[in-house]
Amino acid sequence: MAPPARSSQSSSPSQPSGKGEVSDLKSQLRQLAGSRAPGVDDSKRDLFKKVISYMTIGIDVSSLFGEMVMCSATSDVVLKKMCYLYVGNYAKVNPDLALLTINFLQRDCKDEDPMIRGLALRSLSSLRVPNLVEYLVGPLGSGLKDSNSYVRMVAVIGVLKLYHISSATCMDADFPSILKNLMINDCDTQVVANCLSTLQEIWTAEGSNSEEASRERDALLCKPLIYYLLNRIKEFSEWAQCLILELVAKYVPSGNNEIFDIMNLLEDRLQHANGALVLATIKVFLQLTLLMTDVHQQVYERIKAPLLTLVSSGSPEQSYAVLGHLHLLVMRAPMLFSSDYKHFYCQYNEPFYVKKLKLEMLTAIANESNTYEIVTELCEYAANVDVPIARESIRAVGKIALQQYDVNAIVDRLLQFLEMEKDYVTAETLVLVKDLLRKYPQWSHDCIAVVGNISSKNIQEPKAKAALIWMLGEYSQDMQDAPYILESLAENWDDEHSPEVRLHLLTALMKCFFKRPPESQKALGIALAAGVADFHQDVHDRALFYYRLLRYNISIAERVVNPPKQAVSVFADPQSSEIKDRIFDEFNSLSVLYQKPSYMFTDKEHRGPFEFSDELGNLSIEPDVSAQHVEADDEDLLLSTSEKGDVGFPLNGSSYSAPSYDSSKPLSASNTSSDLAILETSVHHQASASLAIDDLLGLGLSTTPAPAPPTLSLNPKAILDPGTFQQKWRQLPVSLSLELNVSPRGVAALTTPQALIMHMQGNSIHCIATGGQSPNFKFFFFAQKSEELSNFLVECIISTSSSKAQMKIKADDQNSSQAFSALFVTALSKFGML
Amino acid sequence: MISQFFILSQRGDNIVFRDYRGEVQKGSTEIFFRKVKFWKEEEQEEAQAPPVFHVDGVNYFHVKIAGLLFVATTRVNVSPSLVLELLQRIARVIKDYLGVLSEDSLRKNFVLVYELLDEVVDFGYVQTTSTEVLKSYIFNEPITVDAARIPPLGPASIFMQGSQRMPGTAVTKSVIANEPGGKKREEIFVDIIEKISVTFSSSGYILTSEIDGTIQMKSYLTGNPEIRVALNDELNIGRGGQSIYDYRSSTGSSAVILDDCNFHESVRLDSFDVDRTLSLVPPDGEFPVMNYRMTQEFKPPFRVNALIEEARNLKAEVTIKIRAEFPSNITANSIVVQMPLPKYTSRATFEIEPGAAGQMADFKEANKKIEWNLKKIVGGSEHTLRAKLTFSQESHGNIMKESGPVNMTFIIPMYNASGLQVKYLQIAKKSSTYNPYRWVRYVTQANSYVARL
Repeated sequence: MAPPARSSQSSSPSQPSGKGEVSDLKSQLRQLAGSRAPGVDDSKRDLFKKVISYMTIGIDVSSLFGEMVMCSATSDVVLKKMCYLYVGNYAKVNPDLALLTINFLQRDCKDEDPMIRGLALRSLSSLRVPNLVEYLVGPLGSGLKDSNSYVRMVAVIGVLKLYHISSATCMDADFPSILKNLMINDCDTQVVANCLSTLQEIWTAEGSNSEEASRERDALLCKPLIYYLLNRIKEFSEWAQCLILELVAKYVPSGNNEIFDIMNLLEDRLQHANGALVLATIKVFLQLTLLMTDVHQQVYERIKAPLLTLVSSGSPEQSYAVLGHLHLLVMRAPMLFSSDYKHFYCQYNEPFYVKKLKLEMLTAIANESNTYEIVTELCEYAANVDVPIARESIRAVGKIALQQYDVNAIVDRLLQFLEMEKDYVTAETLVLVKDLLRKYPQWSHDCIAVVGNISSKNIQEPKAKAALIWMLGEYSQDMQDAPYILESLAENWDDEHSPEVRLHLLTALMKCFFKRPPESQKALGIALAAGVADFHQDVHDRALFYYRLLRYNISIAERVVNPPKQAVSVFADPQSSEIKDRIFDEFNSLSVLYQKPSYMFTDKEHRGPFEFSDELGNLSIEPDVSAQHVEADDEDLLLSTSEKGDVGFPLNGSSYSAPSYDSSKPLSASNTSSDLAILETSVHHQASASLAIDDLLGLGLSTTPAPAPPTLSLNPKAILDPGTFQQKWRQLPVSLSLELNVSPRGVAALTTPQALIMHMQGNSIHCIATGGQSPNFKFFFFAQKSEELSNFLVECIISTSSSKAQMKIKADDQNSSQAFSALFVTALSKFGML
Repeated sequence: MISQFFILSQRGDNIVFRDYRGEVQKGSTEIFFRKVKFWKEEEQEEAQAPPVFHVDGVNYFHVKIAGLLFVATTRVNVSPSLVLELLQRIARVIKDYLGVLSEDSLRKNFVLVYELLDEVVDFGYVQTTSTEVLKSYIFNEPITVDAARIPPLGPASIFMQGSQRMPGTAVTKSVIANEPGGKKREEIFVDIIEKISVTFSSSGYILTSEIDGTIQMKSYLTGNPEIRVALNDELNIGRGGQSIYDYRSSTGSSAVILDDCNFHESVRLDSFDVDRTLSLVPPDGEFPVMNYRMTQEFKPPFRVNALIEEARNLKAEVTIKIRAEFPSNITANSIVVQMPLPKYTSRATFEIEPGAAGQMADFKEANKKIEWNLKKIVGGSEHTLRAKLTFSQESHGNIMKESGPVNMTFIIPMYNASGLQVKYLQIAKKSSTYNPYRWVRYVTQANSYVARL
């Protein structure tokens, strides 16, 4: 249907403007309306075509409504169809005139030709006029009982249309229960599929305000129905198969045998040429095996080849959609794809969005065995004429360097980039060298020798300039010219427009001053004066702050601005694992391509069935933070690049330990001065240090008051079968989620995860499943209250590479989850994890 | 579940517009077109919009086919591959009915297209995309457009150019149109289309190679007889356990080893494991019987060597050599070789081998590229292009890093690199006189054919 009237838009020369033509048509239609002359249908066809073509290009032809209806008395199917199309489009804006059509539509609904009955019923239900629904109920009812499957097919969707016009009418007529019956009894598979879509949509919409409806919705996941559909799945069209598989992915089987039965049944669906069907099958496989680590891993191996085939066959658009999913899987289990790296090499004719995904995958799967090949390939792209790809490739090389143990060769390559003397290559490389130095200070000697040769005049991009200045400040004792380069930059303060660069210049000069005071005093003076007079608030504040600090006490100033640092062990991952898991749960949906969970891009009323909205409430703080991070991720592959250089705290082990890092995160992410953050947080930290040590929870939830001493006792012999666990895990909202730092001792202890499981069992917390492999371990625990049958479920993900543990706690009794989490954390810390 | 479907011309005009659910505001076509046309990404100036994006809670999906934009919108978090697949299928169904897919044919037949759209999707839910099933619901007859004026579409369309062996009209015939004379010609087309990707290192060593193939079928047989397609006897699928890039195992044997493949819904594989035959009752219209992927070592049809040497006084010389390594009874068409040059190249003069007909070399000033066009290359021959470059500034001594890689596109009819063959095409006989035309055609195209410097 065309949008009626786009008056504001000037029509292009090839399209008629409308008015005159429409009134012409009107009079011609009038002439034909009553005529029974031979050949009149042909002239009508021509006229109708004209009307529809005007409608398509956006000319408002609604004024012809009356004439069109008058002409509709015909036995010519082609004419009828055009008329239906027209009526469906304009009935909503002409509700009064729409009444005129009811008569002939109702008559057609009783036609002896099933085709006409179906068409008429479809048009009747597409009118979208609330006043006319009373005329719809009758024909729909008989349509559902029609002997012809085409009519039933149309009628089922008609019920859904009715529901959207007037849900009350639809429910009062008891259509849903008729559909339920039809769904399991109809012999036509498309009728069955339409029943399923319709019921899903209706129950989901009703579910928010009716207990019964949400029960009905869950009943769609009952075993008999799922089996009924699965056993006939090959009789359905490929599209309906997708629908069924989407439902099956939500089904919780009662045991492993059932899981294997389903997977064996669906095995050959992986060979289908329809990518959507293959992805839907893969989703079922992945969801069913979530708690079976070994099988889950086998599934990855099994689906690799079909996915790669889909990526390389089909249109570029389809292969992008599949590649997005492959990307997700690669990110979850890079190890499993490390030998397939050649598949992720870029082809020269691929669009940017494909190459970008591939570069990210190459970065993720780089390990000892393939790094040389991957980095060599990336270096080819870095020399590419395609500038954005060249940039991405350089970042990828840097990222690989940051995640590898043997970075020797990679550092050399990065330094070679600097010799290419292409502006953008140099710019990207400088940023990376800076990050590398923060992680591997031992490389400073080699890097500085090369970086020192770069003239700051050749660097235009603020980020690169900031990186260079940071290095000049940080290593001013080793770089002969540092004070003088900084001085010339300070003297040309006005030529530098980026506040980011100015901020860095201030800090670098401070550092330089502490190390080589006589040579940089003058430059610092110039910079502070210029900074204090700066219009940018942050620059002004920082300059003033430094100035006052220096006046107060120089040695304190040094401790604040240039404290001894430890190397950054791991740069923060811009996306929390909570978000990643949610995206994984929404496999085979847009979430995967957008790389964000659906609640971030859909309105509430358009969320699909079975998405537990109550869970969102508990997440309300997280989305904001992570949304920010997602955006940051688009610009920078590393979070670090959006931070100021100075926030390179070690994650643990010094006075600037993780908590202060965490609390400075929002500040640094919003691009404000980070030195201020250091001061604030360190003061805050000192004050609360003793508290924090006593109360481990306080670290993760620094704003919540310490919980009351737990009075919870757990049942040491608690029992829960995996099926129930899985079901509960799906149903219960997250009542508490926390992130803790794992001590080095804990990291070491995880080489034998079994020990942790035994230990937790000693504390009446039982492990039901484990998964993942180094460096990411995943545990599912449960516990029960000793006095009643009330369960606590815990998902605990421990990353030894980032030394973090993330926990999600779900509980039957929400009120005691706080107390339980205290017990859980205490148990963990007794093990030496924290 | 989709909300709207529309087809836009390259200029952004609505050719077809169907709103199924009325959830997306009016004007979505303009929002979409503007977004696609002026897509911005990072520092890129001419970025290409991804096939899926969202604006104000509306998700837009699009595929480009025959210069047209096929678009769907929705507000729900649907499966992107489902919608993109659907858009492709809608295009295919329309093409089956109209014979050709072009702006002209769509404008002439939009009523028929609406008729199709009404049956394909109802209230956003896919009902059927089978050309066959749809036949009984379609009452309009297609208005044919002149196929000769239509730009070629899809890989199979190359059979329309030049080669006299194929009746050109076949690919542009509607499934419901009657032939002049009232009788339909009984025929079936099976096309083996392979896209090859090869990357040569600077020393001529093959870094990566892959063949993505498709067996495409288009049947105009009445009465839907069963068809058996026999492939090579020595055809293996999957390389159990081995690394896919392990070449050693395959050399010396005539076996074709596919990494993986998938099949159309109608294909039955009952005897596939025994004698490598596929049996199917082909539905009407065009469809891929089988898609396959192969990384087994194969002989690339062309060897490409490129060299750039710096001379004094802001000058350099480029030599590009291509050698056709396929039999001399086969000829490749429409060969284009491109090589990006350093940004500061100001001029290039060419020296094409003497006596070469149908060759043309050009320096594309705007994007600093050499473009070398060859109408045809006969198997076994070798061709060389020399170019003298003039630079506007001193190079930094790493001229190799600032030019290349060389990339190449070509089409080779009646040739396939993988060795996969249709050994026979058996059609279940209805009577002794029933002997429909069978066309089995091979074609190889370059996908990403790159030689590094």
